[in-house]
Amino acid sequence: MSAITIAPPMDLAPRVHSLDPAAFTVPTARDEEWRFSPVDRLKQFFDADPAAGFVTATGNGVNVVPMSEVASSWIPIDLASAIARANVKKAGVLEIPAQAQWAEPVIVDLTTIEHNSYQHLEIVAGQFSVATVVIRQTLTGNVSGSIVINVGDGAHLRVITVVEGEFSTALALQMPVIVGRDATFIGALATLGGGAVRIQSSVQYTAPGGRAELFGVFLSDAGQHVEHRIFVHHDQPHCVSEVIFKGALLNPGARSAWIGDVLVRKDAIGTETHQSNRNLLLSEGSRADSVPNLELETGDIVRAGHASATGRFDDEQLFYLQSRGLTLDEARQLVVRGFFADVLGRIGNDTWRDSLLVTISDRLGISPVEDTDE
Amino acid sequence: MSSLVITDLHAQVHTDTGPKDILRGVTLTIDSGRTHAIMGPNGSGKSTLAYVIAGHPRYTVTSGTITLDGVDVLAMSVDERARAGLFLAMQYPVEVPGVSVANFLRTAVTAARGEAPKLRLWIKEMKEAMADLQMDPSFAERNLNEGFSGGEKKRLEILQLSLLRPKIAILDETDSGLDVDALRVVSEGVNRYREATGAGTLLITHYTRILRYITPDVVHVFSDGRIVETGGPELADVLEADGYERFTTVPSA
Ligand SMILES: Nc1ncnc2c1ncn2[C@@H]1O[C@H](COP(=O)(O)OP(=O)(O)OP(=O)(O)O)[C@@H](O)[C@H]1O
Ligand SMILES: [Mg+2]
Repeated sequence: MSAITIAPPMDLAPRVHSLDPAAFTVPTARDEEWRFSPVDRLKQFFDADPAAGFVTATGNGVNVVPMSEVASSWIPIDLASAIARANVKKAGVLEIPAQAQWAEPVIVDLTTIEHNSYQHLEIVAGQFSVATVVIRQTLTGNVSGSIVINVGDGAHLRVITVVEGEFSTALALQMPVIVGRDATFIGALATLGGGAVRIQSSVQYTAPGGRAELFGVFLSDAGQHVEHRIFVHHDQPHCVSEVIFKGALLNPGARSAWIGDVLVRKDAIGTETHQSNRNLLLSEGSRADSVPNLELETGDIVRAGHASATGRFDDEQLFYLQSRGLTLDEARQLVVRGFFADVLGRIGNDTWRDSLLVTISDRLGISPVEDTDE
Repeated sequence: MSSLVITDLHAQVHTDTGPKDILRGVTLTIDSGRTHAIMGPNGSGKSTLAYVIAGHPRYTVTSGTITLDGVDVLAMSVDERARAGLFLAMQYPVEVPGVSVANFLRTAVTAARGEAPKLRLWIKEMKEAMADLQMDPSFAERNLNEGFSGGEKKRLEILQLSLLRPKIAILDETDSGLDVDALRVVSEGVNRYREATGAGTLLITHYTRILRYITPDVVHVFSDGRIVETGGPELADVLEADGYERFTTVPSA
């Protein structure tokens, strides 16, 4: 299911932005935005929980400050994020100074000991800074909140986010990215754990010349619902967006949903945008929904495209590999690793690429093959 | 000394409209050191025979036997057949995205030899084998068959042949898609493998031109799912001159 519309507008943009939870209705499975979501497993986020804790951010350069002192440029877009914002007591703030050139990635750990927790992490990359941030979101309880990323003019920010955790947990996460003039954001998201996971990533540009690349890999196993919703809002000229998500569904009962919305406004001439989602079903009885939408209000663009495909193992590939002596397991292992190889290669950090490959291989119950190069 | 023995083989292909009989009684023995050419018109079932020997799941053997050194090949899985020493160079090699040639070759060689080759020796061996086939070293880093030209795919099949060193090799239209230079390079590769290993070879081809480089001991004419005539290399010359018409009038059973 997909659509390319030039007019009339579908209005993919969120309708309400507010700090006040009362401005939002309670989501139900009948709402367009929630029809793929396990509303029941996320409903604890629709009522403020006075007993909830907050997620602690630790890492070099991360300050934990009262939420009241954080001037966030992002305004919540749904009930869960508004409740989280109104109730989170402390926030993590990571500021990358203007002109800074950080050679080593900064690792930020997001952890909690509470049953339910709210979260706010704010990353601000100053003008012309260059940095890589690795966020480890490890779920031991339910988490609702946001990671807000501001990329200053001319800055180059790479953020690798790894979501892991128990299948009994739930996560409702907003990951808005605000991209400045001629700035580059590269976001790699690996959603490997958590039970009911709903991650909304959005990109907006404040000025011309911005570039945003969102790469995602995800695994879903029996009992997991892994949902990614992407919204790229092109309302500035000459900006680029590229979105590539790949997912593997492991066992019967695994669920995933991917909704990719790209909206190119009238003024966003010279836009270049492409998004794709590919899913590999490794068993019968798993389900992956994939819905790319592209809405163009101007035809004066460089390029716009989208693609989506969900498939099973290709028997011809498996036969070819087996006919060279590989067992069925070895053949499947090579094919799955190959499936993720291109998107993992785009992360641009070999250490984390390899570490993710090992984690993914572990989850698939297969041991990674040694590489040929020394 | 190895021997692949095919006796009165009948096989079907599974199609969307149900099973379809293709092989109608193939009997053929390939011994080490011998090269058999199978020639036949389009659609006569040559690739089907190759796939059935390799164990492709789309085909079902309805009667007959295949043994390798007395062991029942039809009871083996696809990978067991490969590890037992059977190799099929495919007419249409399959693309596997994201899997590098180097990684694939090392995995396959490890499976064939039962242990991983020592890394340093392996890199040397792979480089030499690639040089023999005039393949650029950058091939090793490319994804398996992805975006390869027809000729490049065939070179890669023969590269695998030279590294996996099977007892019996089946080469399905290895000559198709090759220009004259590439045909010579690839044929030399096959000849080197034959001389070095003394293996048996089944060369499937539509045209005679590859037989100028790889001399067969026996030539079979294949038509309508069976061997209809067997002779020496001179039979290929007859086919070159007269075509397949004389053999395609055989009524189907
Ligand atoms: N998957 C399939 N579905 C339907 N028919 C098939 C399938 N595979 C093979 N066939 C049919 O089986 C017959 C034999 O095909 P095969 O590919 O073995 O012939 P071939 O002799 O190798 O031909 P070529 O010279 O074109 O390579 C043909 O009639 C072909 O159409
Ligand atoms: Mg054929």
